[in-house]
Amino acid sequence: MAKRAAQFPDPAEWDALRALAASIRARTLSKLPALLEALEARCSANGIRVHWAETVDDANQIVLGILRAHGATRLVKGKSMVSEEMHLNDFLEENGVESLESDLGEYIIQLDGETPSHIIMPAIHKSRQQIARLFGEKIRGAEYTEDVDALTATARRVLRRKFFEAEAGISGVNIAVAETGTLLLVENEGNGRMSTHVPPVHIALMGIEKVVEKLEDVAPILTVLTRSATGQPVSTYLNLIGGPRGPGEKDGPAEVHLVILDNGRSRIFADEEVAATLRCIRCGACMNHCPVYTRVGGHAYEAVYPGPIGSILTPQTEGLAGRHDLPHASSLCHACVEVCPVKIPITQILVTLRKESARAAPEFKVKGAGGGRDRLEDLAWAGWRMAHVSPLLYKAMGLSLRVLGPFLKGGAGPLRAWTQARTMPRRAPRTLHDFAREKGLPDA
Amino acid sequence: MTAGKPEAVYFFGTCVVDLFFPEAGLGGIELLQREGVRVVFPRGQTCCAQPAFNCGYHEEARAVARAQMALFPKPLPVVVPSGSCAGMMKHHYPDLFEGTPEHAMAVAFASRVHELTQFLVDVLGVRLTDRGGKTTVTWHSSCHGLREMGLETEPKALLAQLSNVTVVPLERERECCGFGGTFSVRYPDISAAMVADKIADVASTGAPTVLSADAACLLNIGGALEKAGAAARPMHLAEFLWQRTRER
Repeated sequence: MAKRAAQFPDPAEWDALRALAASIRARTLSKLPALLEALEARCSANGIRVHWAETVDDANQIVLGILRAHGATRLVKGKSMVSEEMHLNDFLEENGVESLESDLGEYIIQLDGETPSHIIMPAIHKSRQQIARLFGEKIRGAEYTEDVDALTATARRVLRRKFFEAEAGISGVNIAVAETGTLLLVENEGNGRMSTHVPPVHIALMGIEKVVEKLEDVAPILTVLTRSATGQPVSTYLNLIGGPRGPGEKDGPAEVHLVILDNGRSRIFADEEVAATLRCIRCGACMNHCPVYTRVGGHAYEAVYPGPIGSILTPQTEGLAGRHDLPHASSLCHACVEVCPVKIPITQILVTLRKESARAAPEFKVKGAGGGRDRLEDLAWAGWRMAHVSPLLYKAMGLSLRVLGPFLKGGAGPLRAWTQARTMPRRAPRTLHDFAREKGLPDA
Repeated sequence: MTAGKPEAVYFFGTCVVDLFFPEAGLGGIELLQREGVRVVFPRGQTCCAQPAFNCGYHEEARAVARAQMALFPKPLPVVVPSGSCAGMMKHHYPDLFEGTPEHAMAVAFASRVHELTQFLVDVLGVRLTDRGGKTTVTWHSSCHGLREMGLETEPKALLAQLSNVTVVPLERERECCGFGGTFSVRYPDISAAMVADKIADVASTGAPTVLSADAACLLNIGGALEKAGAAARPMHLAEFLWQRTRER
């Protein structure tokens, strides 16, 4: 948080930067279908083979098909949240392909059979000691050490060999430029460059929302991305991938494939109440600043994308019927909205999802609308409504709190949850209404 | 600033102030009256409808919001001693009534809504004279006041006018106290962890009083302080300001 804050010392500059980044993302989404067509055309002209995947199953089959065509059974991966959506590693393993994560954090959690707990820092939940133990147990020839440089060197030694042995490389895409057919990859470890340039085949994975219109749209997004994500003014590596190795060129893969995944995104795109969800550039700032995320960690969300962005994205892609818990996993404190570099109205979308979860209506378009309906809660809010539209009933409720309050020991339901950490609120002997009457304040 | 000073205002007390912190509302009313402003208190008022709105029960929220708006028909400012309720009325009423016949009314109503301390500073330009003994307080900036209403400098400007009051800031002043309406009972463990950190922060300041401009946060923080047997007590800023500056 402090590192990010240090990158945005001037509030006026921050306002201007995020306004620009947000407007670029909003403009992109306003013409998404056309931009995706343009991207496909430019990429194809550059020699990048473009594949469309509606579902994660489609995407997995496409990747497997490419690998099979090359007889590839060993691949290295750069970090990609889309591949997490696809559960690609598990799928490939079931199909006899070794898929090795090469981002250090991803490598660590893959060794331990875990999933990322953060979209930028996937192993943030692990201590140095845990990693030292893990390396000592799982890596042949590695001695137990808590020295970070030594641990990194061990991982580097393993990965270095794997890069040269791999028959294919997989990466994500941070930004795809429709105008030029360029794929941008932001990273800090050089593993992204190795994964995309050393193996003979490179497969890039992206969600449909990652496109921008023009090359000049890139810089404003990159600057808020790296500053918001890790507090860096620029990333250590920035890869611009323009296509496969050309005639006479000495490096780069012989083939580049781009798999463009929908997985529920076009449904979000079509619903203007929630479409801003797709502005996300996956910086993770909302997680770092969320008082809920920072206390429970990423795994508690039981979703690919944790934290505030996950709480609006997951219910939309997986459906409210199964994930109506997530929109409520927020105190609506707006800390995420405050730091979002593309101004996604996260809390507003959380409330929209709560609304569409509570009941189904013809105008509700989110998948599984009405899936979180709870008849008891319906009844409670119907009662609340009656008590608050009628001054008389409201007064009666206030009086009953006064009379019954001392007998409510916080035994059941919400009261029990409340009194776990707090005393029961006590209704004041005289209400503000009482005081107003006593003071003779005018009523109208 | 006082050039635009209104002759009269409406006061919307909020349900939490009405039932649990009436002295906060009373303090707010007294502060306004001292500036020569006539305070109108519509008797039928209840709740801003935020609880139902935030939970997604927008039909129910509209019914309650509609009932409130009807009670404040004159073109007077509506002063609210809560950043959260003011944020609901100012920013969410227009959304809530989008596409309904009452939308224009909701927009017009919203434009009249003011959070109390902002009204005291920005519209009335109050000058306070501290009549209390030396004391120390700390300040919790409620999330909706801070991030929906932009309430940050005004409460501090008011406190800075009190010569005998020292404000010791919280380490994590801007962090949520963990209330979040039904969040506190849907996710009691997470909410409890948040309020535990908040009261530890309060305790580390050594201040006997934690102030806020939102009674709901005070209900949460105060309840947790009491449960933990801590010495600090919650108080709404309006009550504090009035108690410190009233002529006895």
